Amino acid sequence: MNYSQPLELSHVTAWLDEVLRGAMPEFWALLIEYVLIGVVLLTLYAVLALILIYAERKITAFFQSRLGPNRVGKWGIVQSVADMVKILIKEIIYVKKVDKVLFYVAPFFMIVASMLTFGAIPFGQGLQVVDFNIGVFYVLAVSSLGIIGVLLAGWSSNNKYSMVGAMRSGAQFVSYELSAGLALMTMVVLSGTMQLSEIVESQRYCWNLFNGHISAVIAFVIYLISGHAETNRGPFDLPEAESELIAGYHTEYSGLQFGFFYLAEYLNMFIIAAIATTVFLGGWMPIQVKGWDTFNQIMWYIPSYLWFFAKAAVLVFISLWVRWSFPRLRIDQLLNLEWKYLLPINLVNIFVMVLLVLSGLTLTGLFPNVFGN
Amino acid sequence: MDSSSLFLVVLLTGITLVVAGLGMAILISPRSFNLQKTESYECGLPTKGSSWMQFKVGYYLYAILYLMFDVEAIFLFPWSTVVRDLGLAGLFSIAFFIGVLALGLAYAWKKGVLKWM
Repeated sequence: MNYSQPLELSHVTAWLDEVLRGAMPEFWALLIEYVLIGVVLLTLYAVLALILIYAERKITAFFQSRLGPNRVGKWGIVQSVADMVKILIKEIIYVKKVDKVLFYVAPFFMIVASMLTFGAIPFGQGLQVVDFNIGVFYVLAVSSLGIIGVLLAGWSSNNKYSMVGAMRSGAQFVSYELSAGLALMTMVVLSGTMQLSEIVESQRYCWNLFNGHISAVIAFVIYLISGHAETNRGPFDLPEAESELIAGYHTEYSGLQFGFFYLAEYLNMFIIAAIATTVFLGGWMPIQVKGWDTFNQIMWYIPSYLWFFAKAAVLVFISLWVRWSFPRLRIDQLLNLEWKYLLPINLVNIFVMVLLVLSGLTLTGLFPNVFGN
Repeated sequence: MDSSSLFLVVLLTGITLVVAGLGMAILISPRSFNLQKTESYECGLPTKGSSWMQFKVGYYLYAILYLMFDVEAIFLFPWSTVVRDLGLAGLFSIAFFIGVLALGLAYAWKKGVLKWM
C-alpha cells in the first residue's frame, strides 16, 4: 500500500539528483552531491548540538526548580548560540608539559567517531547517508573509536586527574560496550538483518519492542542503561566527576578544543537515543494499523523525520531524567553492575529471544494477520 | 552512490569540522604569552612530577575480559542474522560456544578479578 507523503524530504533529494544529472556530466553531479551531503550533515550536527545543549540546560533547570537560561532572546533561546560564539573566540592555551601530537589528535577521534555513527542513522525515509548491510555492527565498531580519543586526551595531558579520569572512562566504556552490543544482537536475532533501513522496514506494523515482548523489553532497558554509561553521563559520570577530578580527561583543554569534547558528548547522547529508536521503536516509521487505510494515510501525512525526532526526543528526555534522579556510583559498583548483572542477564536473554523466534511466540509469529508485514 | 564512498564523505566531513573549527578559532581568538599560562592546570596548585607512571592493574584485567567477550561478539553477529534458518541445531552449537566463555567469566569471578581492590 502506498500512501501520499507530501512533506517528505526524499522528494527534494530525488528532484535535486535529477536536475544535477541533467545539467552536467555524471562525475561532477556526484561530486556536488557529495559536497552537499557533507554540508547538510555538518549543519545538522551543529544545530542538533545547539538544541540539545539548550534543552538540557532548560530541562535540568526545571528539575531543580530554577528558571535556567532566560536572558539571551525570548526564554533564553539563543543562549547556546551565544555560548558557541564565546567558545570560538576563547584563546587556545598552549600547555608546556603535554605530549603535543597526541594532545591535538584526541579531539579528532572524538568528533570523527560520533560523526561516523551519526551518518549511519536513518533520519527519515531515504534520509540515511551510509547504509551498510552490516549497519548495527558498523555502528558499534565506529562508536567505540571515541574511547581512543578519551584515552589519548587523558594520557597526553600529563595530569594526574586526567589520567585517572581517562582510565575510569576506558574501563567503563569497554564494559558497557559489551552490554550494548549484546542487547542490539538480541534485536538482530528478532529482525533477521543487520541493515538499519531493513530493520526499520520490518517494524511497519509492530515495533520490535512489542514484537519480542519480554526479551525485547529486557534488551531495551539494558541498552538504555549501557548507552547512558557509554556517554559518561548521569549516575555514570565518574570519569569527569567534578568534585573529585576537576573535569576528568579534558581538564587541560581550553577554548574550542574543549568545545569539541563537549559537542561530541551531547551528540553521543543523541546517537544512543537515535539507535534505540531505530532498533526498538520503529525508527522513522509512522504508527500504522493493518487495514485501517484512512488512519494510516493521516499518519503518513506527518513526515517521517518528525516521527523519528519525536521518538528520539522522548528517549533523550528519559536520559536527562535519569541523570538528575540518581546519585553518582562508585567505580566498583559501576563495574559490578555490568559484569555481575547486565552481562549474565544479557547472555541468557539472547537464548530466550532465539527460542521465542524459533517457536513463533513473537507477536508477528502469533498474530501474523494483525502484525505481520 | 555506493556505501564505501559515502563512508569516506562522512569521514572527511568529521575531519573538516575539527580542522575548520580550529582554524577559525586560531584566526579570531586573542593570543598573549605568559610563562605562567603554559603550566599544567591540574588542580590549581603547582604540579609535582610527571603523571606518566605505573597505573592500577585492575583496569587492565577488565580490558582483558572485555577482549574475550568482544571477540565472541564478532562470531555471534553473523550467527544472529541466520539463526532463523539454522533452527535448533544452530542454537545448540552456539550454546556450547557461549557456555565455554561463560565458564571463563565464572572462573574470573571465582578468582576475584571482578572484585575491585
